[in-house]
Amino acid sequence: MNELNNEKLIELYEIMLKIRKYEERIGEIYYEEKKPFDIAKGPIPGELHLSSGQESSAAGLCIHLKKEDAVIGTHRAHNFAIAKGVDLKRMTAEIFGKSTGLSNGKGGHMHLFDPSVNFSCSGIVGASFPQALGVGIASKFENKDYIAIAVGGDGAANQGTFAESLNLAALWSLPVIFLIENNGWAISVAKNKSTAGNICDRAKAYGIPAECIDGENVIDVYKSSKTAIDRARRGFGPTVLEIKVSRLRGHFEGDPQIYRSQEDFDIAKSKDPVLKFESYLLKNNILNHQQMQAIAEKVDSIINEAIEFARKSDYPSPNEALENVFYGG
Amino acid sequence: MEVNMSRKIEMYKAIAEGISQVMENDDKVFIMGEDIGLYGGIFGATTGLLSKFGSERVKDTPISESAFIGSAVGAASKGFRPIVELMFVDFFGVAMDQIYNHIAKIHYMSNGNLKMPITILTAIGGNYSDAAQHSQNLYSLFSHTPGLKIVVPSNSYDAKGLVISSIEDDNPVIFFFHKGLMGLNWMTLIEESIQEVPESKYTIPLGKANIVKKGEDITFISISRMVYECLNAAKELDIEGISAEVIDLRTLVPLDTDTILNSVRKTGRVIIVDEDYQNFSMSSEIVALISENLGLSLKTNPKRIAYPNTPVPYSKVLEKFLLPNKEKIKQTAKNLIGG
Repeated sequence: MNELNNEKLIELYEIMLKIRKYEERIGEIYYEEKKPFDIAKGPIPGELHLSSGQESSAAGLCIHLKKEDAVIGTHRAHNFAIAKGVDLKRMTAEIFGKSTGLSNGKGGHMHLFDPSVNFSCSGIVGASFPQALGVGIASKFENKDYIAIAVGGDGAANQGTFAESLNLAALWSLPVIFLIENNGWAISVAKNKSTAGNICDRAKAYGIPAECIDGENVIDVYKSSKTAIDRARRGFGPTVLEIKVSRLRGHFEGDPQIYRSQEDFDIAKSKDPVLKFESYLLKNNILNHQQMQAIAEKVDSIINEAIEFARKSDYPSPNEALENVFYGG
Repeated sequence: MEVNMSRKIEMYKAIAEGISQVMENDDKVFIMGEDIGLYGGIFGATTGLLSKFGSERVKDTPISESAFIGSAVGAASKGFRPIVELMFVDFFGVAMDQIYNHIAKIHYMSNGNLKMPITILTAIGGNYSDAAQHSQNLYSLFSHTPGLKIVVPSNSYDAKGLVISSIEDDNPVIFFFHKGLMGLNWMTLIEESIQEVPESKYTIPLGKANIVKKGEDITFISISRMVYECLNAAKELDIEGISAEVIDLRTLVPLDTDTILNSVRKTGRVIIVDEDYQNFSMSSEIVALISENLGLSLKTNPKRIAYPNTPVPYSKVLEKFLLPNKEKIKQTAKNLIGG
């Protein structure tokens, strides 16, 4: 079913392009009405962490998933939300704080919840790992083959929750994939100044298979993810996948990135997974320029529709802020 | 069934029985924690569950509170009703992110699209020289966080009914049991905490206080072990001609404001007795509630007898000096009424 045929490759490309174009558009809109820069102003207030450059980790993995599989994302989660199939209109409306959003504007960009496709994310670094264990426990209880993906950055690998969760996942042989999106930066601190050894080696210490993949090639992500997901579904327990990705934008929008050298930017750009994949598809005659243009137009139109939907939607009534603290009032 | 009504059991057995009866009815309920299996929980709250339900539904965990308490979130998102035990409330620090940023808030952040029917059991209380990191109460700290229900029973009858309600509630509930009330054979016991407990399954609604003694002159408001200090003070005051009403709140969230206000409206005098730290606390909240609603109609200012904002010391004499007790309550009541 998930054979990597041309159709699948084109599907992968479309997801990646959707993520990239979405993030770039949201990034533009973010600065509307924000000059001089004021984080609280504009149609998208608050912090915004965009995932440009991290398309391959989300697309290459999520393309294998079923609706019942859970993805628990990070603060930089638009890539996984899109790849997991979260409704783009409702997600965008949520990011705009509108009543038609996933959570009526109560969650916002760092707290997207779409139970219909089992997607959630969190603003707390390293919080996804324990939660994924619980989905794994539920799957085993129910004798089903759904699995959980806990996404964390390289920074999250330094949280205690990572060690605790690796131990428990291995001990109970839970169907969980720990996906470390290693973009080399924990906000402003480079990975080599914060992280001892290799993240993958930590998995091996718990007897968990691990693979370190270069995310510039989505096909590598696709293949390694497939192996890990098959293992989990068949009851062979967790896997750690460390995917080296490039953070093409700041930690958050408005980040002056004074800590980052031009060389680092250049390297990141040279590893752009979307451009790399485009070259691959062209070179192997899987898509031509015209076909790519058609896909881009299709994606643009989906994004435009989502943004239009969000802009035209109403804000929630202020007093709705008091609702849903407790179930049943 | 009538015959069984005379059965008196300790609070730890009542809690375990309540959990067991919910687990029998609902296969979505399971329990995780440190030493909750063969050991039955350090304070006995899971006694007998392992042999009855097996190690899949009664899971001993590693000392990884963030991991197993956080895992309750994922299991709840898939329709389960996990119970987790945090051995001592004092250990919340290592798992608090999952409790207050996730378990408490996901229902709200998802606009009600996700439920978190999670019960956290935890032990509270001192008075046995376990010092600063194993003697705290801290229910006020959790009551401060929106989205958590807070249950603090004082006796075995309440504990069974309330633990069943907690597990069956569709919200996250923290169930605080006081070590000194559990009925353990290795700790000084308050005999009155062992009450008649029906063998059948029953519930006590969350948010309903219990007036454990009627009175006319003054109201004592309390929870957990301090209820007994209030009751003992009230009994002695009766002899001296002072009639005190004693309220056991049973739950802090929801708070039974009607019972509190009706009683204080009647007596015009109130003392809040609390084993948790005084500042920014249960006692503060209740004084605020009374002041905002009854204010100048009171006969005297409201008073608090709570644990001073001091870490819990080790030495017996030091700890006892700081704990609220019957004598402090009696003296304060007499001062209020006399003056």
